[in-house]
Amino acid sequence: MNGDSGKKSTPYTIPIGPVHPALKEPVMFTFQMEGEVVKSVDFAPGNAHRGIEWMGMRRNPVQIVHLTDRICGICGIVHSLSFARAVEQIAEIEVPPRADYIRTILHELERMQSHLLWAGVAAHELGFDSLFYLSWRVREQSMDLIENLTGNRVNYGIIQVGGVRRDISDDQRPVIEQGLAYYRGLFDQMKAVFLDDSIIRSRCRDHGVLSYRDAQLLCAVGPTARASGVAFDVRHDYPYCAYGDLDVHTVLPPQEFGGPKGDVYDRIIVRLLEIAQSIDIIQQCLDNMPTGEILWEKKIPKLLSVLKKAHGEAIGRVEAPRGECMHYVRMDGNDAPATWKVKASTYSNLMSWIPMLKGEQLADIPIIVASIDPCMSCTDRVTVIRNGSAADLTKEDLTRLSREKTRRLLQC
Amino acid sequence: MNETPHLSPQEIVDLYKTEFGTGIQDARITERGEGVRKTKGYNVWIRVDRALLKPAIKKLIDMRFPHLAVIAGNDLGTEIELLYIFSVFYGTKFGEYMVTIGIRLPKTDLTVPTITDLIPGALISEREKQEFFGITVTGIPDGRRLFIPDEFPQGVYPWRKDETGIKPEMVRELWAIGRPKDRPAPPVPEKKPLQEESAAEGKKEKTGGAPE
Repeated sequence: MNGDSGKKSTPYTIPIGPVHPALKEPVMFTFQMEGEVVKSVDFAPGNAHRGIEWMGMRRNPVQIVHLTDRICGICGIVHSLSFARAVEQIAEIEVPPRADYIRTILHELERMQSHLLWAGVAAHELGFDSLFYLSWRVREQSMDLIENLTGNRVNYGIIQVGGVRRDISDDQRPVIEQGLAYYRGLFDQMKAVFLDDSIIRSRCRDHGVLSYRDAQLLCAVGPTARASGVAFDVRHDYPYCAYGDLDVHTVLPPQEFGGPKGDVYDRIIVRLLEIAQSIDIIQQCLDNMPTGEILWEKKIPKLLSVLKKAHGEAIGRVEAPRGECMHYVRMDGNDAPATWKVKASTYSNLMSWIPMLKGEQLADIPIIVASIDPCMSCTDRVTVIRNGSAADLTKEDLTRLSREKTRRLLQC
Repeated sequence: MNETPHLSPQEIVDLYKTEFGTGIQDARITERGEGVRKTKGYNVWIRVDRALLKPAIKKLIDMRFPHLAVIAGNDLGTEIELLYIFSVFYGTKFGEYMVTIGIRLPKTDLTVPTITDLIPGALISEREKQEFFGITVTGIPDGRRLFIPDEFPQGVYPWRKDETGIKPEMVRELWAIGRPKDRPAPPVPEKKPLQEESAAEGKKEKTGGAPE
């Protein structure tokens, strides 16, 4: 594939990617290998670049809100929430407190389903398929709740500039309470199957390490940064929606597991603890839910005429399941915003792959790449070039390598 | 690293004004409270002379190592404005602020020094600004394209609003192109248009010959 693919000396070049049939966001990796050990990493994203910002700069904010729903298939709230918050600041729109609480509840439900989805993917990459099915089975409860509250499993269409489009009725409260009861106690079970498992520990402990300093220098966000000990959680640091009223703490790997080491294992710990935290936050929201309107302005033409007059710039920022999500919007009195810049969380985490993967083995690539939760999609097609002859490795082969390593450890 | 104590947004602005004086073109603070208690979050916006970009970022780093969220950009007609969006004092309960440092580059001289020597993680954002705004980041350790494919024409910068932006002939409207012809049939037959068969055939001929 590359110019040096014919050379017969180390380091060997191994391209991985860019497409994967199961998950989204393809990324092309090129590894320089010496034997089994990764010497250097290069990656090329952009295979799924759809020019959404360009499209947005030709649409009005109400249309863009629906476009933002479609930026990510898993994070349906965070982008529309970031964008709506930016526009609300420019047009000085006051969001009713009840809408802020509904936004927070959905934001946390989304975090739960996203982390459980990730837990399943991680288990699959390690070769624990029963655990993969179990994780996705328990994830369904949060998907059902989201469907109950918004009407959709993905592309929720719940956020509107100035509030939310659907209220939580009194009938829906017990449904949420039931869902939360289902997840209480789940952490102990997840801890037993993930964290207390000696094979998972040996596959993940001290692998894919990102140091505290590197996490800072490379601008890592979310669980990736927190697993390295960087206390960086927008919900705790920078009040938005209902978080200013709630008791939220930043989840760092606790001392009982050896403190923050910044490895794959710590990233599992942080995500599992955050699922437990989300249950608590939703309960706080339900207990303190204010009454009142859910939209600043119900009539869309009226809303649009206000937005058309808006001048200024603002930053909308939320803590997505994968880390900080940020939208910069600038409006200059036209229908469409003059500038719209989307910064998704994986955008900030990409650079962290380089120190994580250096020195690791080929079989550890899938779990380390997945450990930043990149909507991982890259380990589809691998061509290993050794002594000038090329052999194609598929995603299945790579997963098999990873599993064989687990089996070897099981036999020891 | 010496860490200065936690400062208020106004103290940050004052610090910059005393340090850089007339080099600060504009400094303002915006605030926003949401929820029931309306706990305030603050954004600090500082516009500096282009020569002061790196000293201004260095000042921020000396204060407390900031998080670089992204570099955003505005096409203002004769100038491109770059906004380096940071957050400082993260980790303190409701004490984090966004600090945005903005510079303007005239379109006759679109060069800006790299900040990857201060914050290596800025590389992704700098590569993106090069390909989307056509600016040149001097000293960038890796100047390849990031998101835009290699076959995308040179000299076209998607976020520019002038003649170097996306040209109308590059835009293909999905509604006009219709379903690609080289794909398997959809599981559910497509809805027939309301017009007569012949009218639909005529339309297909018109749009079927779309380029590529």
